Amino acid sequence: MDDILLLDAIERYLNGEMSAEERAYFENLRNTTPEIDQMVVEHNMFLHQIADYSANIAIKQTLHEVHQNLLERGDLNEGGALSSKGKVIQFWNKYKRVTAIAASVGGVIALFISGLAMYFSTAVNDPKLEQLGKDLEVVKKNQQYQGNIINEVTSKIPMNARLLSGGSGFLVDVKGYIVTNAHILKGTGAIVVNSEGKEFKSAIVLIDHIKDLAILKINDDEYEPIKSIPYTIQKSNSSLGEEIFTLGYPRNEIVYGMGYLSAKTGFNGDSLSYQIQISANPGNSGGPVFNKNGEVIGVLSTKQAQADGVAFAVKSRNIHAIIEDLKNSDTAFQKVKLPSKSSLKGVERKLQINKLEDCVYFVKAYGK
Amino acid sequence: MKGDTNEQALLKGLAHNDSKAVELIYKENFNMIQSFILNNNGSYDEARDVFQEAMIALYEKSQTDSFVLTCQIKTYLYSVCRRLWLKRLQQMGRFTGSVDGFEETVAVEEDLETHEKRNAEFAIMDRALNSLGEPCKSLLQGYYLKKMDMNALAAEFGYTNADNAKNQKYKCLMRLKKLFFSQYNIGE
Repeated sequence: MDDILLLDAIERYLNGEMSAEERAYFENLRNTTPEIDQMVVEHNMFLHQIADYSANIAIKQTLHEVHQNLLERGDLNEGGALSSKGKVIQFWNKYKRVTAIAASVGGVIALFISGLAMYFSTAVNDPKLEQLGKDLEVVKKNQQYQGNIINEVTSKIPMNARLLSGGSGFLVDVKGYIVTNAHILKGTGAIVVNSEGKEFKSAIVLIDHIKDLAILKINDDEYEPIKSIPYTIQKSNSSLGEEIFTLGYPRNEIVYGMGYLSAKTGFNGDSLSYQIQISANPGNSGGPVFNKNGEVIGVLSTKQAQADGVAFAVKSRNIHAIIEDLKNSDTAFQKVKLPSKSSLKGVERKLQINKLEDCVYFVKAYGK
Repeated sequence: MKGDTNEQALLKGLAHNDSKAVELIYKENFNMIQSFILNNNGSYDEARDVFQEAMIALYEKSQTDSFVLTCQIKTYLYSVCRRLWLKRLQQMGRFTGSVDGFEETVAVEEDLETHEKRNAEFAIMDRALNSLGEPCKSLLQGYYLKKMDMNALAAEFGYTNADNAKNQKYKCLMRLKKLFFSQYNIGE
């Protein structure tokens, strides 16, 4: 208790909150008691230390905000080609036009490829038709339950096609490239719906059943690319126990869930994926798994039927791999570029989600 | 010398953590540093880190009483970034023996030494604060970092009155001090 009183006196003394008499008395005390004098010196130093620490946090905050502001206004550039000094902005403007042309050419070729993919996929899937048939029955039932909702949203699904399955997906390139699970894309095409409920036509540009990943490309005039994607796709492996969260569409609305990374391998030691503890439902498939900094570490894909909360996510480095495959598949995809900058580190979760939800899409696959 | 007074004003702004001044310095210098880092084996994220580190070093320098900048802001930032980046490259084993970039530099070793010492102290404070536990941590942060009033703090944390909160604050502060100095003195 005495210590506290003394500390209070020292702090008031240092802050100049003492009356003249008290001050004189205290200074006298200081002069006569070396221990107190030492405490004052020590406490003064400590208070300075705290003040500096707090100033350091404040300037870091300012720098972070200024950086984000300049980035949003386009005064800085953190993507695109390497730039020479002072010419960043002109360079970017030039580059933008090229990307626009490339994207539109890409769109045409994507349609062509998706046609090819459709042609081949039916051939390859022939022996599995029975299995698929079962799925269809299940989906049909679901469809009956959700009849009303589906009637509302069938607008962009071709007239004679039926909704087969749904899942989630997320942007990996602002030009409209979306990564999702291969197993969602059961039919011949897909549409994607953003968090505001707006639908866009899309084409399947790459499908990899082994990795269970697929890439869709939005081909819709109504699609307005967002300025930048706020997350990077992690290349390295994440560690056990890392806090994770996900956004997806187990229902018609975006749903948030959080959990942790529980094992470095997936089902039966599958090294392509992680085991994660999270409550996942059908429809969460294909959704991104973020670490606490808002970087993508995986793609939620399956869950263990018997166990509660046990789910598996395809590791994010496989996204890097399929993007490479995509680039090699056609020169039209040469310009596909994974986001290189993450801007959500240290940001409050609510704000992170606010930024992220624009990049997470509801994927609806349809077929005849 | 108009340029000089301009720079002086900017530095004054920086010393007071004025976001306008920070933004002007940032806009003026970031691109140069970014291309330097990118041209020398670095990434966008690393460029941002190094530049912000240099800004903080300049900020700290501007806080000292005897502060005078004997060169342009640009030269100073470039020198610090160059030094920082060389060091990082060496630490990561990515140093290839030569670094491109032919801007004029000034000696900044001494400043960087103080800056590093500062960083170490902040890290100790950070660790000490984090190992305090709640509600001590938030209470102290509220009072010393956010500069909240004792009454407001008492209300926020649910103490019956400001005196009780103050008592608790001092108890926490004593613990923090102990934690801090035990680490700090080892570090010396």
